[in-house]
Formats: sequence, C-alpha cells, structure tokens
Amino acid sequence: MTPTTSPTQAPDKDEVVRVFKEMLRIRRFEELASRAYTQGKISGFLHLYIGQEAIAVATADLMKDGDRVVTTYRDHGFAVALGCEPQRCMAELFGKKDGLVGGVGGSMHFFDRDKGMWGGYAIVGGHLPVAAGHAFASKYTGDGAVTLCFLGEGAMHIGATHEGMHLAGLWKLPIVFVVENNQYAMGTPLKRQTLVDDLTVRAPAYRMTSDRWEVTDVFETRRRLSEAVERARTDNQPALIELLTYRFRGHSMSDPAKYRTKDEVEVQRKKDPLYRTEQSLREDHGFGDDAIEAIDDAIVEEMQAAVDFAEASPQPDPEHRFRNHLVEDD
Amino acid sequence: MPTLQIREALREAMDEEMARDDRVFVMGEEVGYYEGAYKCTQGLLAKYGEQRVVDTPIAEAGFAGVGVGAAMAGLRPIIEFMTFNFSAVAFDQILNNAAKMRHLTGGQFTVPMVFRGPNAAAHMLSSTHSQAFESFYCGFPGVKVVSVATPYDAKGLLKSAVRDENPVIFFESEVMYGVKGEVPEGEYLIPIGEADIKRPGDQVTVITWGQGVPTALEAAKMAEENGIDAEVIDLRTLRPLDKDAILNSVRKTNRVVVSYHGWPYGGTGAEVADLIARECFYDLDAPVERVCYEDINFSYAENLEQLAIPSPKQIYEAIAKVAYHSL
Repeated sequence: MTPTTSPTQAPDKDEVVRVFKEMLRIRRFEELASRAYTQGKISGFLHLYIGQEAIAVATADLMKDGDRVVTTYRDHGFAVALGCEPQRCMAELFGKKDGLVGGVGGSMHFFDRDKGMWGGYAIVGGHLPVAAGHAFASKYTGDGAVTLCFLGEGAMHIGATHEGMHLAGLWKLPIVFVVENNQYAMGTPLKRQTLVDDLTVRAPAYRMTSDRWEVTDVFETRRRLSEAVERARTDNQPALIELLTYRFRGHSMSDPAKYRTKDEVEVQRKKDPLYRTEQSLREDHGFGDDAIEAIDDAIVEEMQAAVDFAEASPQPDPEHRFRNHLVEDD
Repeated sequence: MPTLQIREALREAMDEEMARDDRVFVMGEEVGYYEGAYKCTQGLLAKYGEQRVVDTPIAEAGFAGVGVGAAMAGLRPIIEFMTFNFSAVAFDQILNNAAKMRHLTGGQFTVPMVFRGPNAAAHMLSSTHSQAFESFYCGFPGVKVVSVATPYDAKGLLKSAVRDENPVIFFESEVMYGVKGEVPEGEYLIPIGEADIKRPGDQVTVITWGQGVPTALEAAKMAEENGIDAEVIDLRTLRPLDKDAILNSVRKTNRVVVSYHGWPYGGTGAEVADLIARECFYDLDAPVERVCYEDINFSYAENLEQLAIPSPKQIYEAIAKVAYHSL
C-alpha cells in the first residue's frame, strides 16, 4: 500500500509495479463482480468503476491516519484502494453476513470507518454537506485530517452540491472536492447537462483553489491531487478539482451504453491509466507477457478467493434486520 | 421555583449542555449575532464564541448535512431550523443521512444530534409557514421525535435530546415561546419516551402534544364545568410512543379523544388511534374521536386560519360525545 516514492518524485520500477497491481486489483475485483451479477449472484444496482481506478489509487496514496474519503455509489474502487478486504467487499455485494456493513448496504453503501472509507452515498449530491460536516469537525477539533469528497459531474447540478461547497468555502474547511467527470450522467452527456465545458469555473465563487486535468497517468494525478490535499491540511484551503476520466462500462449493469460510439471507446482505451501503466512496465521496465501475466494471475486468484468467500458466507441472521436503527437496538 | 418562558428554558438547556460538553455546538440561521429569530440562543454567542454558535447562510440542506457529518465525526450538533417549514428543503439530509446512517453502516457510525425549531401553525403566515411536520418525521425509523409544551418539559427534554446517541427531532412552537412555567434550578433530565399526565381525570382521556396541550387543558376545564372529568395526556415524545401511558389511561376511562395541531391524514394521531383500536378495543365505551387541523392548506386570513385549527370548544364537544353527554 505505501508508495515507495513521494508524490512529487519520479516513480521507480517498484513503484510502477505497485500502482499497476493496485489498479489491476480494482479492475479484476469488479470484473468478477460483474460476472457474478450476470450469474444472478449479485442483485440490486452495480455501478462499475472500470476506467477510473487510477483516481482511487492516487487518493489512497495521499491518505494519512484520520483522513476520510466520502464518495458516491460508484464506490468499490475506493474501498479496495483504501485497503478494505476484498472478500468483505465482495460479501457485501452478495448481501452476506460478512459484508463490509453486514449485508445491509450492498454495492452503493460501502463504509469502513477505520480504513478512511466514510461512504458510499447513493443520493446524488446528498453527501457533499455531510463531507463538509466531517471537515467542519476536523477544524473544530483540530485533528489535522483532510476530507476528500468525490462526486460525479452529474452531481454538479443539484442543490446540495452547491450548499456543501458553499459552506466549505465560507468556513474554510479542510476538504478537497473532486469531480470525477466520466462524461456521462447515466446516459446524458455533459454538454446536455450544462453549457460550461469546465466545471471548475465555480471554484472562485467559493474561494476555492482549482485544478483540472485528464486522468491518463496515476502519478500525475497523485502529484497534482497532493497539492490540493496539503493546502487543505496546512492552510484549511478547500479546493475544487475536476478530473476528466472515463468509465468503460455502462452507468450500471442494466445500461448497455448505446449512447456512445465504438470509436469513442477505442480512443479512450488508449488513455486508460491501467493500460498505460502496463505499457510503461513493458516499454520502460522490460516486462514481458509472462511477467505481466504472473502479476495478473496472482490478482485474479486473490479476487476469485474473495468471490469464493462471499459465496460461502452465510446470509445475515434474520434478527439482524432489527439492529442499528437506534443505538439502543444493539 | 423560578418561572421561565419556554425560550428561556430551551436556552438554559443549551447553555448547560454546552458548558458540560465542549463537543456540543449550535448551528443555524441567525443563532449567533442576531441571538435567534425567537431569541432561544440569546447570549450563547457571547459566552461560547463563533466556533460553537455558528451563524449560517440560508442553506438548510447544507447546514443540516454539515450537522450529520460533524456528528458522525464525534461532535454533538444542535441544528436550529428557524421553523420546521424550512426543514423541508433539508429533508433528504434527515431522511437519508441522519436517520439511516447507523443502520447503513452496520453500526460503525452514530449520529448524536438534535434538529430543533418551531413546528405547526403560528399566526397568519399562510400555507407554506403553517405546517405540522410530526407526521413526516414520525413516519420513518432511525429518529426520535419530541414535542414540548411547557418550560419544564422543554428544558428537561432538550437536555436529554442533546445527550441522546440518536438523531432527535425536537418540536417547539412560535406561539408558545413566551409561555411561562416553573423550572427548578439546576440539573434535571426528562427521559425521552415518557408521556406526562398534564391533568388527571377518570372519565375521558384526551391525548395530545405540542400546541394541542393548552387547547386540550382549556377543553378539559369546560368539560369539568359540565360535569365530565377529563384526563389530559401530553405525549411529549411522539416517536417512540409511550404506549403504556396511553393504554393505562384508556383502560381507566374507556373513552378517548385524540386532539392535536396537525393534519388528520395518516399521521401521528392516526397512529395513536390505531394503537388504541388494536390494543384495547374491548375497553372502549365509545369510538375514538379525533380533533385536529382540517385537511386543507392554511390561509392567511385570520378567520379561515382559525377555522382550520382545533378550538377548545371543538375538543370539549368531542369529549362530551365520547361520554354520551348532551351538550
């Protein structure tokens, strides 16, 4: 998990291998989840992060003890990157007792407090005020923690997003808002959601710093993100960052993504940070097919073990449905 | 014993809890420099400073959500809505975040916080500012709901609400902030979940809360003048209901009027009537009567407004009806 180089240093070979593995773990986790979904073993909604993994991996590298990630329902990537056990994540998708939250939340509601995974929110934009509240508590108690709040570009147009950002700006809270602009809010492209191309144009209104880039390289993403995180940590300076990214799958498993062309997807495949990191291993560090396959096989094995664990895990106890609604229900 | 207004009792409760626990803070519109739209927070800014008495812009969804997030991170927020009418734009934060968080996280997070402010019609504010919200906030699990009608209850219950580990919806009333009553000096708590007999009686039970309490007490006085001894029960907590207090009284009097300042359809009054029908139908000597708002949007015009709100006379008539007493 720990980076072998600082965010600003050029990565050495071990570091490239490490981030490649971390991104690949998320991708293989989700591919196996996707298969389990088509087999009817996972139900409900399943929103895949495939294509966006570099963001979660870069973020996890920047987290210090007490820092928090608050994100959307597209949350598996952050959980795996932050070190939540894949088998417990998978068990949550299967609705099982050993799931991350005991099977009550499913795909959209991953929480693992001690790992800094503070949700997992399924009402678009509704988590921004909550994330601002975590940052408010950090400033109130002086705990030095930073809250990283992720949202899709589709969340930019709902009221709670504005109110959360506005209060964070007004009160100078230690928080970084990161818009993961994966180009589509379900099936609606950005140009039919808003007339601006650059979503960071709002940052000055909130007195936030801003940055905006296309996520093709995990190290660039980590370096530029670290600048905002450190300003939040040391100066209580909130930031608004827009990351141009791409999800290769539909909005959820029920979406065949017919609203985009094969050519568009092909262009994006070449920009995929995971693909580019693999290319770097091959071209810059002498990895051949066998070495790449060996890494991949080990990760597939880890994630298949997670599936096996999830299948074997029992359903929650019937009485569990009465627990945790109020504190005294325990 | 000192006599306080309800607003003063609420202020004492917040003051004492903030002095006791530095995790407690008050946040809302005009709570600081303006000292509260209804002066409930008067003096708190001077005593505790801007960090703990936090003025907000007009952004209920924002600051209600900030309260949830702060509570999850270990603080104990008191979120003041200038009126619960404005909580409508923060409903998602209360419904989907405050009420669900503990369950949704498998118990990893608790949300110890209070949402407080005036509820139900005040006077001539028309439909958007005259709404009773107990049916909404009692309508889902994960929260407790309190409604106070006296200074004594206001202080003791607000202190309990601040110390509760769950989100508590705390209803007050614009038209009752000036109501005076005795409040003992020093520390006391009233447990959430316990009703209070505001007037003992043995012939008819009147079940009420909030603004309904003074109205019901007036009606009980009219009943007494006409030879009917009515018991008035102030629920004080609307979720969870004090079922024992309700059922014990009904089993004693065998006649019930449910009277409250809120709408009739599918609400808290209906829940009480349903409880009585299920648990002690065979104790009843008359069908349960309900006296509440008319099922209409409120008007500004004074006569139209007053017609929609239950009067002591209407409640008295319901008491007489269940007692088979001629008017």
